[in-house]
Amino acid sequence: MLYINCPHCGMRSQNEFSYGGDASVKRPELNKEVSDQEWDDFVYNRKSLRGKHLELWQHISGCRQWIKVERDTATHEIFRTFKADEEVA
Amino acid sequence: MQKYSIFNLVKNAFSNHQNWDLAWKDPTPKEEYDVVIIGGGGHGLATAYYLAKEHNITKVAIIEKGWIGGGNVGRNTTIIRSNYMHDENGLFSEFGMDLWRRMSQDLNYNVMFSPRGIINLAHSDAQMNAYARRGNSMRLNGIDAVLLNRQQVKEIIPMADFSDNVRFPIFGGLMQPSAGTARHDAVAWGYARQADSMGVDIIQNCEVIGFDVSAGKINGIRTSRGNIKAKKVGLCVAGSTNILAEKLNMTLPIETHLLQACVSEPVKPVLDNVVTFGAGHFYVSQSDKGEMVMGGDLDGYNSYAQRGNLPTLQHVLTEGIAMMPFLSKLKMLRTWGGIMDMSMDGSPIIDKTHIEGLYLNCGWCYGGFKATPASGWTFAHTIAQDRVHELNAGYSLNRFSTGHLIDEKGLGTKTWIS
Repeated sequence: MLYINCPHCGMRSQNEFSYGGDASVKRPELNKEVSDQEWDDFVYNRKSLRGKHLELWQHISGCRQWIKVERDTATHEIFRTFKADEEVA
Repeated sequence: MQKYSIFNLVKNAFSNHQNWDLAWKDPTPKEEYDVVIIGGGGHGLATAYYLAKEHNITKVAIIEKGWIGGGNVGRNTTIIRSNYMHDENGLFSEFGMDLWRRMSQDLNYNVMFSPRGIINLAHSDAQMNAYARRGNSMRLNGIDAVLLNRQQVKEIIPMADFSDNVRFPIFGGLMQPSAGTARHDAVAWGYARQADSMGVDIIQNCEVIGFDVSAGKINGIRTSRGNIKAKKVGLCVAGSTNILAEKLNMTLPIETHLLQACVSEPVKPVLDNVVTFGAGHFYVSQSDKGEMVMGGDLDGYNSYAQRGNLPTLQHVLTEGIAMMPFLSKLKMLRTWGGIMDMSMDGSPIIDKTHIEGLYLNCGWCYGGFKATPASGWTFAHTIAQDRVHELNAGYSLNRFSTGHLIDEKGLGTKTWIS
């Protein structure tokens, strides 16, 4: 069982959350010409590496906010959590 | 190579079975190979076997970080089927079914292929209609499919819950009678033994550290046991695909996720077929030892852990008990996890890459084991001929950017969508 520290609600069990994937993916700027490759990278291509991974979770059975979680994909250790609009240094 | 036969079994009994040849050797890596296959799992071993058998390419090495057959080919629920609707998947898998039927003779190794049939249960009229459509598509591709009504299912699987007061009543099901199971380890060992006998070097405990690429062409690999030159390199590393892709500066439409399976204590025969629950994601069969072999959903987040988390297991088994209430009385014997190369449309990739001489085989999601022979056969063809075979033409890497996705079930990395 993972325990995720929701920045809005505090420490809660994994059962309250749903997963939203890689948080480092950036949507292409829409006010300029977007190439197929850029869309491809945004929609499909993922690094999905072993080790530290910044990812989105939604506190679906809690405050329903999207949050960012920094987690190790091999050990499942959770290092830090952030609000969705927080910049991650 | 010694042939495995009743005659040799009797003969070796006189020497207390001490004089059997090793099934495969433990060679030191040579300086150069025509083809290097990275990954000594089912697909890698099958690829090497078909390279030697079908294309006469025997200067081949299989590079395996751990030991052969220690990854997903030893961690699956051994289901073999070709009950797909789309042509790409159906024709590819049915080609594989032919190879499965001949495999024990072909490899001179008993893989215990047991075509016991698979039944996908339906729990609504709409689902019955969808199964009728899929069944018809399968039959058009020459795959056997039988639509069963509730009564017919009840005769085949009396242990399922047919009471009136259930959340997901069984309306019927779609059966592929020729589907079944096989002994997974034997598949890996059988391919390894034959490949080895034809001159393939199986190099275990050898980790790939990097690639030697120059001017858009692959020249070899760097490993923990030294550099190896190679004209062609094939990647067959399932859940580790992204790790090697990063070393090649490639980003792929693949995420690595964890899939769990479990077996119960052994019980007397109660289930003759492979059965899947239609209102969720749960599948079960009974092994020859009597254990109920069960599996279901991904854990749901990127993982390289090779071990599972309880919430998913609980969710999966809740579905199992809804389908077959007697499962709740069984004790769990073992649970385990494997790391899956989940592609974004749920279908695999067997293709060339933008690097000359580098070939990619990944994206097997939930269905890697049953694809072992067809994957090896088509990947060997792709490597040997430097072009894809018509059977794997649909499994292209660029289908994501061109929009030619194979949305069989839409079951890629985003399990919550389905």
